Amino acid sequence: MQVIKDKQIVDDSWSYVADDTELKDGDISVSLARWKKDKQLLLKSNGKIGVRIGPADSVEDIAADLKDIQLVELDFPAFADGRIFSHAWLLRGRYNYQGEIRATGHFMRDQVYYLSRVGVNAFSPEKTEDLPVALSNLNDFSVNYQKSIR
Amino acid sequence: MYQYNNNDQTLIEERVAQFRKQTESFLKGEISDDQFRALRLMNGLYVQTHAPMLRVAGPYGLINSKQFRKLAHIARTYDKSYCHFTTRQNIQFNWPKLEQVPDILEELASVQMHAIQTSGNCLRNTSTDHLAGVCIDEIEDPRPYCEIIRQWTTLHPEFAYLPRKFKIAVSGAKHDRAATQLHDIGLHLIRNDAGEIGFRVLVGGGLGRTPIIGQVIKPFLEKKHLLSYLEAILRIYNLFGRRDNKYKARIKILVKETGMEKFSELVENEWLLIRDNLELDAVRIDAIKAQFAPPAYEADAAQDTSFVQHQLENKAFATWIKYNTADHKTPGYRAAFLSLKAPDSPPGDMTDTQLDAVADLADQYSFGEIRSTHRQNLVFADVKQADLYELWQQLDALKLATPNNGTATDMICCPGLDFCSLANAGTISVAKEINEALDDLDYLHDIGDVKINMSGCMNGCAHQSVGHIGILGVDKKGVEWYQLTLGGSSENEAAIGERLGPSIAKDQVTKAVTTILDVYIKQRLDDESFLDMVKRVGLNPFKEQVYASN
Repeated sequence: MQVIKDKQIVDDSWSYVADDTELKDGDISVSLARWKKDKQLLLKSNGKIGVRIGPADSVEDIAADLKDIQLVELDFPAFADGRIFSHAWLLRGRYNYQGEIRATGHFMRDQVYYLSRVGVNAFSPEKTEDLPVALSNLNDFSVNYQKSIR
Repeated sequence: MYQYNNNDQTLIEERVAQFRKQTESFLKGEISDDQFRALRLMNGLYVQTHAPMLRVAGPYGLINSKQFRKLAHIARTYDKSYCHFTTRQNIQFNWPKLEQVPDILEELASVQMHAIQTSGNCLRNTSTDHLAGVCIDEIEDPRPYCEIIRQWTTLHPEFAYLPRKFKIAVSGAKHDRAATQLHDIGLHLIRNDAGEIGFRVLVGGGLGRTPIIGQVIKPFLEKKHLLSYLEAILRIYNLFGRRDNKYKARIKILVKETGMEKFSELVENEWLLIRDNLELDAVRIDAIKAQFAPPAYEADAAQDTSFVQHQLENKAFATWIKYNTADHKTPGYRAAFLSLKAPDSPPGDMTDTQLDAVADLADQYSFGEIRSTHRQNLVFADVKQADLYELWQQLDALKLATPNNGTATDMICCPGLDFCSLANAGTISVAKEINEALDDLDYLHDIGDVKINMSGCMNGCAHQSVGHIGILGVDKKGVEWYQLTLGGSSENEAAIGERLGPSIAKDQVTKAVTTILDVYIKQRLDDESFLDMVKRVGLNPFKEQVYASN
């Protein structure tokens, strides 16, 4: 699998472990519920840890744990769920999170520019063939009006 | 008027290029209907009954003559030679072809215009008082703040996928002409006890299915905190507004369900965390203000005597002056309303010929600027009194001088069933019939200030719930029926109209309206306005007559 990270198409080292699946080695991400439940176990694992957040989750819930998390996945159940944009802003702007923030799920390639402005730096589109277009969409605009994350 | 700098121009050109790619991708089947729907709406493009409809932004209602000529050109080239002005000061084209829309947007960009965020669940065009900067009851000109808000809202990355649409209106005068209490956020420029000017912030107003009057969330906000406060409200709304039901997704429902106290606490807490980072500096405010500096008024304009003379000699001119012009801050000048409510034309519509002619008149008589109003008319804000007679004659020839501003035939009316895919009932033909029934100008002027608003469905684009007389088209088993309300208002004493009774058949609407007006004429006290009388006597006297005659 490939993803966009920091404006480049790169191979992806991460895999998401569903709640009903056993944890495994390597860089893994889990749901917020699983993170809360298996936090101690996860902290002992040999790879990096990521947490997947949905629009209805509260970013505040992982604010204190962000130092232990190398990836936050913001998962779109539907492209129109704009709460994700505020979650990204809060992670960077309020909690000063420096790790990777990745958009996953049903977002549109036409949303990557806005997402990058609120602090998302990695994108895993549903269709791999969207990667080159999504990459170019990061440059849709060369100017902007408001202060955001970048 | 604000002039684009290089950044502004680059931004709208890049937006056109982006939408061109999106349209091509859609036509090639690379993006779904659903996805393209969201993208096209944020570029003002609806799919309607007969064809797409394109809504072009009139930023806080200000348009210059060059832009007007471009609108005329677009109407002629891409549409059926006319366009429609809306209650939020925007301009709609009803017949563009989907594949030509990127070309239209490119044409608009060449004159500093766009259709960005005129639709969709995002931050919409900011609207304001059509007499901003010239009215005599002004505390401060709201236009510079509208422009600051326009820039802040345009392509705001965090708030492009809100639960529902979001509308902001700003008023800088004592009299609210921008319906600010019926917007998601209403801003009033006010002076506090210390003599400083700031904003009173209202939140949670709105029309549509659940009309609600906005409540004060911040009695006084310093100007420097304008954007941080807006951002705090929007972040709370974006995170907590309902997304499970589009009819409950506006901020008014969040405010209602959360309770004003709790909602303001959420906003306040958010605001305290961000405000120091988002201060508007005075230099920026001044730079924008400089773009709205008054035009070069003639110092001796008030010395003209022909204006009074013409009124004495010509009753029709005097009537037009009385109804279709307003006092101006500068001696010797008046603001002139161009009525888009001529008896035989759909309310708010203009032809390409009229657009071109109005552009020329604006150049000749009003510093090349035109404004669109909340009630779907136009204003020349800065006309020398000595020029008014000539202007009136020319407007009359263009059918733009019907002296009905603020009267019963100055109806707000949506396009209705004839054009809109959401509508349940026709509006234009009903408006025409009412107009014909009220063709006696003396009678019309005797009735005075009666605002009739008519929408073809409960989405309420024509703000029927705040009309003094509201008319709402409903569908009853495939037949058009009309629900009447009385006593609504969108001005200082904002109120939601009350239902008069059961809905009535299409061919009875005009009769019901004239009956209501007759009851008013017979039962009013001396100088009592229609709205005051409704407040005094309630609905019964009207109800008895309207339903007795049915």
